[in-house]
Amino acid sequence: MDILVVLESKNGSLHRMSREAIVGAQSIAAENGLSISALAIGIDTDQIASSVSGMNLDEVLVANHNLLSTYSADGFAECVKQVIEKENPSLVFVGHTYQTRDYFPKVSARIDKPFIPDVVSLMKEGDFFVFTKTVYNGKLGSKVVSNDSECTLISFQAAAFSEENIESGSASTRSFDIELESSQVRTSSEAPIQEEVSGIDLSSADLIVSVGRGIEKENNLQIVKDLASAINGELASSRPVVDAGWLPSSHQVGSSGQSVSPNLYIALGISGAIQHVVGMKGSKNIIAINKDADAPIFEIADYGVVGNILEIVPKLTEAING
Amino acid sequence: MKIGVLIKQVPGAESALPINDNETGIQEDQASFLMNESDSYALEEAQKIIESRGNGEVVAISLGPDRVQKIIREALAKGADRGIHLQTDAKGLADPLTLAKQFAKALESEQFDLIFSGLQSDDSGMGQTGIILGELLNMSTASLVVGTELSENTLKVKRELEAGWSQWVTLTLPASISIQSGLNQPRYPSLKGIMGAKKKELKILSESEFYIDGKKQSIQKVFVPKTNKKTEMIEGEPDTIVARLVDVLKNEVKVL
Repeated sequence: MDILVVLESKNGSLHRMSREAIVGAQSIAAENGLSISALAIGIDTDQIASSVSGMNLDEVLVANHNLLSTYSADGFAECVKQVIEKENPSLVFVGHTYQTRDYFPKVSARIDKPFIPDVVSLMKEGDFFVFTKTVYNGKLGSKVVSNDSECTLISFQAAAFSEENIESGSASTRSFDIELESSQVRTSSEAPIQEEVSGIDLSSADLIVSVGRGIEKENNLQIVKDLASAINGELASSRPVVDAGWLPSSHQVGSSGQSVSPNLYIALGISGAIQHVVGMKGSKNIIAINKDADAPIFEIADYGVVGNILEIVPKLTEAING
Repeated sequence: MKIGVLIKQVPGAESALPINDNETGIQEDQASFLMNESDSYALEEAQKIIESRGNGEVVAISLGPDRVQKIIREALAKGADRGIHLQTDAKGLADPLTLAKQFAKALESEQFDLIFSGLQSDDSGMGQTGIILGELLNMSTASLVVGTELSENTLKVKRELEAGWSQWVTLTLPASISIQSGLNQPRYPSLKGIMGAKKKELKILSESEFYIDGKKQSIQKVFVPKTNKKTEMIEGEPDTIVARLVDVLKNEVKVL
């Protein structure tokens, strides 16, 4: 086995980022003569295995165990460890999901192999793969290499690869026996809960006015609300505004909030940290206003203004309202 | 109850980030350093737990050159009981697996009941060190923690899931958790705290006491991302900017 792609179930379906990780594997497999296997662990394995059986993969491993029927960091880490030790993949690919962030560092520790997280692209340079990852909250990029010749764990950032490019084919299924004792699982989980039912569905909004840390204080929010109503758009925000308690979390866009793809996204005082950008980079038009000329939001904006939102936004609203 | 908190000193959100000559990191003398954001939430959560129990100890731990003593002192001023500085001049963005092994070697004898760390650092953003450290010290672990409830022998944590969902998970002790920002309101140091911090213990460990050889991954190059997108930067006086923005909304994006 050359590449192992670890799959994740999301409400009974294959997680979108698992499909993207498969595309990542397929993007290097053919030209380097590498085989790809996928691994479905414990939860909804029938649905997950059948959802990838029509893809261009060599094999799908299914690991079922009564201790893997719900997620635990200990159980899942032990499962991936056992598969790696038995099958010896040189690359292990996975989506950089919240679940991955919880248990993949444990896999790295248990097998003493490096885990390069949140990778946005990869390429072969000579005999080695070089992985690109953002650093300094998205302000700089970095090229990272593994120094381990046997096995490297890689997680891919959302949208690193486009799931539309998935190659179809057919994959056989093989079950993989996991040895796991209940004493090895040191945690117990309750059912997931949704904190507050979102009053607004930003994912279908056409116009979004979004506000970040640059608003400085809660009292200033009114100028953003005024602009949103002037263009008849929805109000959204980045995480710091929600963390400060100035807007309910249902307004939050980003990896821990909603993913949006409106016709127009106006980013006000939002620096463009990667956790925010993954939730809005699919917007058709992006206008960004930020006082920091080096803010990464300008890299994805169509129109950028380096300036003070407290000054520009009220004037803009006034001009629109005529 | 003894809680170790891993804090990292990183360039602040407003810091300049000029790339160094060999393109392996930034010119540190040009950067302004602060305590990593999620680490300050981890520190606050540890202090709240110890304060509500009325006994126990919060130990602030940082690895790096001498400049990191500034954030250890800051933690002591906010109320942490003592500090440990793992002193090293190693440059650049480090490999989390080797770092965690160094922390494990330095901290094993402390026998912490809990280790708290921030979810990820604002420089390298690896998001692993605290979890790997827990694994190496045979602790249970959880990441993306947005709430805690400590009982006698267990720690219940609320873990953030995707898209606004969360889940309560009960961990056996000892445990190492990494904490998401926003779960509390980090305090500011009081004047009394700042004065008192000078008298608190700050243990300095030299590299020979925790060094572990090896580097499992390395950064070859750091660069300014090239954008594929053509961004029109609108410049001028506020009125000029507003006029162009209205023009864009009317005639290019066509939403007015």
